[in-house]
Amino acid sequence: MDKIFRVNMTDLTTKIEEVPAAWAGLGGRGLTSTIVAAEVPPTCHALSAENKLVFAPGLLTGTAAANSGRLSAGAKSPLTGGIKESNAGGTAAQMLAKLGIKAIIIEGAPKTGAWYNLAVSANGVTINEEKELLGLGNFAVIDAVEARLGKKTGVLTIGPAGELKMTAANISVKDPDSKIRSHGRGGLGAVMGSKQIKFISIDSEGAKAVTIADPEKFKTAARAFSKALLDHPVSGEGLPTYGTNVLVNILNEAGGLPTKNFTTGQFEAHDKISGETMYDTIVARGGKHKHGCHAGCIIQCSQVYHDSEGKYVTSGFEYETIWGLGADCCVENLDDIARADNLMDDIGIDSIETAVMFGVAMEAGILPFGDGKGIIRLLTEEIAKGTALGRVLGGGAASVGRTYGVTRVPVVKNQGIPAYDPRSVKGIGITYATSTMGADHTSGYTIATNILNVGGYVDPLKKDGQVELSRNLQIATAAVDSTGMCIFVAFPALDIPECLPALIDMINARFGIALTGDDVTNLGKYILKTEREFNQKAGLTNVHDRLPDFFKTEPVAPHNAVWDFTDEEIDEFWNF
Amino acid sequence: MKITLKLFATFRNGRFKVAEQELAEGTDVRQVVLSLGLTEEEIGIVMLNGRHGELDSKLSHGDTLSLFPLVGGG
Ligand code: SF4
Repeated sequence: MDKIFRVNMTDLTTKIEEVPAAWAGLGGRGLTSTIVAAEVPPTCHALSAENKLVFAPGLLTGTAAANSGRLSAGAKSPLTGGIKESNAGGTAAQMLAKLGIKAIIIEGAPKTGAWYNLAVSANGVTINEEKELLGLGNFAVIDAVEARLGKKTGVLTIGPAGELKMTAANISVKDPDSKIRSHGRGGLGAVMGSKQIKFISIDSEGAKAVTIADPEKFKTAARAFSKALLDHPVSGEGLPTYGTNVLVNILNEAGGLPTKNFTTGQFEAHDKISGETMYDTIVARGGKHKHGCHAGCIIQCSQVYHDSEGKYVTSGFEYETIWGLGADCCVENLDDIARADNLMDDIGIDSIETAVMFGVAMEAGILPFGDGKGIIRLLTEEIAKGTALGRVLGGGAASVGRTYGVTRVPVVKNQGIPAYDPRSVKGIGITYATSTMGADHTSGYTIATNILNVGGYVDPLKKDGQVELSRNLQIATAAVDSTGMCIFVAFPALDIPECLPALIDMINARFGIALTGDDVTNLGKYILKTEREFNQKAGLTNVHDRLPDFFKTEPVAPHNAVWDFTDEEIDEFWNF
Repeated sequence: MKITLKLFATFRNGRFKVAEQELAEGTDVRQVVLSLGLTEEEIGIVMLNGRHGELDSKLSHGDTLSLFPLVGGG
């Protein structure tokens, strides 16, 4: 039977607990949000001993199901002040699942200034004082942990940003190449830093195959599921070739590519930072245009980007990062953006929040628009070193806006708005406004239907149908985020009828249960409502389900679109 | 009439990124697609002057037509 590993950082004790019956059917986001809602006082300070940091693999993680190796991390967010779940690839989730660990709950905080590492194994967790690796970047931590404990060791780590408790700090997860994937959003790295944990190692010695109640049924369903992923043109061909960055040119054509701190919807130099150009560059320099963030990913949207000498610069080079430093900061040099991406991974800071922040910093006059080298300098000289300016920048877009008196600050619930302008792609605006996570495109990716013609088509420039579209997607996403699946399985799931039933059949075969499609929808609804209730108790109400005013008053070119939803129309979202 | 035709992702292979095209009045998107040696099924997104278009959309002088295969990200 799976277990809960509980770590108390106040008295430095650990326990192995049975899984309460109410949590048995949950995994991933469903489980982290349930635990945070049950055990964390909503009004607590997110960096206090009262907050808890929870890690949970998904319901299908550790099985042979394609793309099921994602790990959820949850806590109260120091950035949004609400509940947070952030999921990432890497090797940790599958190791935890195979060790029979349903969740790790880290609570309390040390009473002294000492720092620690946690060592997770089949026997439980040990808490060890850590001195040597303090202050180091994430790549150096991963190398050192591998040297200390062996190449196969799983690693969750924070960089200088997390140690300094910056609200844009993330948690890095070692990937199969000993590089990095991130629990990026919401400042969870600062929560880990507040518990004074530099890294968590995972020893998979004694890991067993995950038990499957009905192996035959599982195999059939897994095959049908993989087939759907490979058959769909987006997951089967588009993502492996161009990665997520294919979106630069699409959003630019659609006039929804936020540019120069959200002052216009198209970027003149779009072609230089596009997925097409990136693909050609990667191929010419001997990098990899397809790459998986965990074993078992058959979509492989990730890539390895080399410099002009053919040396590694970065991997997992995503559209949102490239959009943010590219169009939103007007940086035209993809090599500068790649270098900054690698630095952000090393420092341990969310690349979306930080990219949006730099757009605001440029508007504030801290550096000029287009200054890619300036971004690299501020990352290394200020943020990584934790200078006073670095801490303001490391607090994210809202922090810089507040400090420098900028009014055009694209955030919801303090979290930076990514990559898709809500004035010209209105469905995603509803997601930004209403998501329990703060502005988060992944929580209800209406771009699929607004822009990409996946799951039908809803005109991005009109209000009709957007609230319903966002609601349906947010409910489905909350459920998918509980399975351990990468959210890109949504593309085939929206178009290929066999895909979703195969996913549900795999869950049923794994646990010997009989969930229906309605049960899965109800799970999604339950998760959203649980998260919303936490937020309301924390003081985030419908008044916070709003976009910043400038979206209403500043039309965005080329469509001269404004954000024109009334408060009542937005609040309709929660009628389910 | 003259239009600007932009191709993206795999559609560029062996073709071009952007070209001016001289077309007969009344030409629709489908005819342009077929003239490129592409099939209707290969078309993911049609954008006409920055808005979603259809294969049946008629083109006018000065239009910008952008064609994408079915791709996505996030
Ligand atoms: S498709 Fe991309 S994000 Fe999803 S599991 Fe694969 S590499 Fe990771």
